[in-house]
Amino acid sequence: MSTVETKPNVKFKSVTITSNTEISPNVFVLSFKRDFGFRAGQVLGLAMAPTDDARLYSIASGENDEQIDILYNIKPGGKLTPNLAELKPSDHLWITVPFGSYAGGMEPAYWIAAGTGIAPFYSMYRSGMGANKTLIHGSRTLDAFYFSDNLTDDFGSRYIRCCSQQDGTGVYHGRVTNYLEQMDNLPLDQKYYLCGSAEMVVECREILLGKGIAFSNIVAEIYF
Amino acid sequence: MLIPDISIPKELLLGKTLSDLKLVTEKLGLPAFVASQLAYWLYKTNIQSYDEMTNISKKVRAQLAGHYDLGVVASVKVQESADGTKKYLFPVSSHKFIETAFIPDEKRNTLCVSSQVGCKMGCLFCATGRQGFQAQLSAGQILNQLRSLPERQLITNIVFMGMGEPFDNADQVMKAQEILTSDYGFELSVRKVTVSTIGIVPAMEVFLRESKCNLAVSLHSPFDDERRRLMPIQHVYPIKEVIESINRSDPGKYRRISIEYIVFGGLNDTPKHVKELARLLNKTRCRINLIRFHPVPNVPLPPTDEARLLEFQRALIEKGIVTTIRASRGLDIDAACGLLSTKALVQRENTDF
Repeated sequence: MSTVETKPNVKFKSVTITSNTEISPNVFVLSFKRDFGFRAGQVLGLAMAPTDDARLYSIASGENDEQIDILYNIKPGGKLTPNLAELKPSDHLWITVPFGSYAGGMEPAYWIAAGTGIAPFYSMYRSGMGANKTLIHGSRTLDAFYFSDNLTDDFGSRYIRCCSQQDGTGVYHGRVTNYLEQMDNLPLDQKYYLCGSAEMVVECREILLGKGIAFSNIVAEIYF
Repeated sequence: MLIPDISIPKELLLGKTLSDLKLVTEKLGLPAFVASQLAYWLYKTNIQSYDEMTNISKKVRAQLAGHYDLGVVASVKVQESADGTKKYLFPVSSHKFIETAFIPDEKRNTLCVSSQVGCKMGCLFCATGRQGFQAQLSAGQILNQLRSLPERQLITNIVFMGMGEPFDNADQVMKAQEILTSDYGFELSVRKVTVSTIGIVPAMEVFLRESKCNLAVSLHSPFDDERRRLMPIQHVYPIKEVIESINRSDPGKYRRISIEYIVFGGLNDTPKHVKELARLLNKTRCRINLIRFHPVPNVPLPPTDEARLLEFQRALIEKGIVTTIRASRGLDIDAACGLLSTKALVQRENTDF
């Protein structure tokens, strides 16, 4: 794989797609072989050409997995994702080195995600950090609980799905914010990791602060 | 049978650079000089309709109106502070609004413009962040905040410090700053236009390369952990990397670089912060602007008191850093730094939760 300097200070390298699977309507997992290290929670820049601006995506695979997985949804009118969805195995994509410090740890914590914001937590889980975590995932529809088969098996009752627009067995009916609001006795000495849209992050953070969680224990990641 | 209105809004003419306007004339098969005529009417006059473009033929005006909206939109509400600051509410679509602050002063009149409806950055202390993100503004919608301001002729300075993170909407902000400072546009000096960012490095580097306008960086803590808790962007673009990038591109030689620093009492105003700020900014020719924190409901951050603020300023000056304290303006109408918000008007759309 070659590394080229394109825009100033942005180094891209080309990778070969191994799979690009639609796991839910308009939501895909794109994979390519891993030949570098990273920390669960980090992001990669993706671009169709080395002259394009890189868009950042959290890595969804584990630190020791053989491939890198990227979870993305098609944004209508977007510059990148409609093209990403067209990629086939053996096609090429340009990526930056992984970076970012939204890293998980081994201590007990809450992971709170919305939509494709599950990606960094799935990476942390795949990297062996899930044992003492409570995972709360919010989505609008039941088909948006990505990776839920694996998560259900391993997290059991520590995996809470909140669906705002549909009813489902074992699924809390309501927004993830509604779920948090009715939670009593949230531990004050644990970290609360948030990942999702700006709306989700700021609303969840406000609820947690209202429940007495110190802002130093709230670790937020945003999409942009 | 009623046919639902599914018309697609027309493109705006306001916000097009001279090169864009030349493309418009090419596309419509108009003489090239019409582009300069349009730039004149758009950016140097207060006309409100195509009809007022008197040196353009009626036929051409009709052709333009068939393809493009002018993009001039009046504010729908204004509030005035006891200190003379005014806050304007501009509509950008039927249910999306932005706020713009006009801040008159003895020597200068500053307009604080928004670049997005809401913001994606989620900074803990910011009222705009608490409404989430609703839309990007086009260059025309950014410029309309000046174009349609009743005090337009009084404006001496423009700051991109309203709602939104400018470099999360970099293409449109770059167009807007070009038009603000071009001979064909609003003809403001590049020294009078400041773009403020929390430090989105790739877009900031484009700005430093392609614009001569001033840059302001929201720093708020020199420490990694502390800044991360205040500003999630620190996970992706740590402040050290932001400052290093500035030092590589333009360490304050050719433009004014300001460091914006909201002071939270007892949290980020200690001697160790002074020391670390001095170390971080050692190679950057910049000044620090200290900003009083204006409490936002349910945000667990303390404002500082005046004595601490002055002591913090003194300590930074002692380290050789030019340090000023920004006057809080428009506090009584929520127009002061970090308070702009149209959350009450937001209609929740398709969120991810």
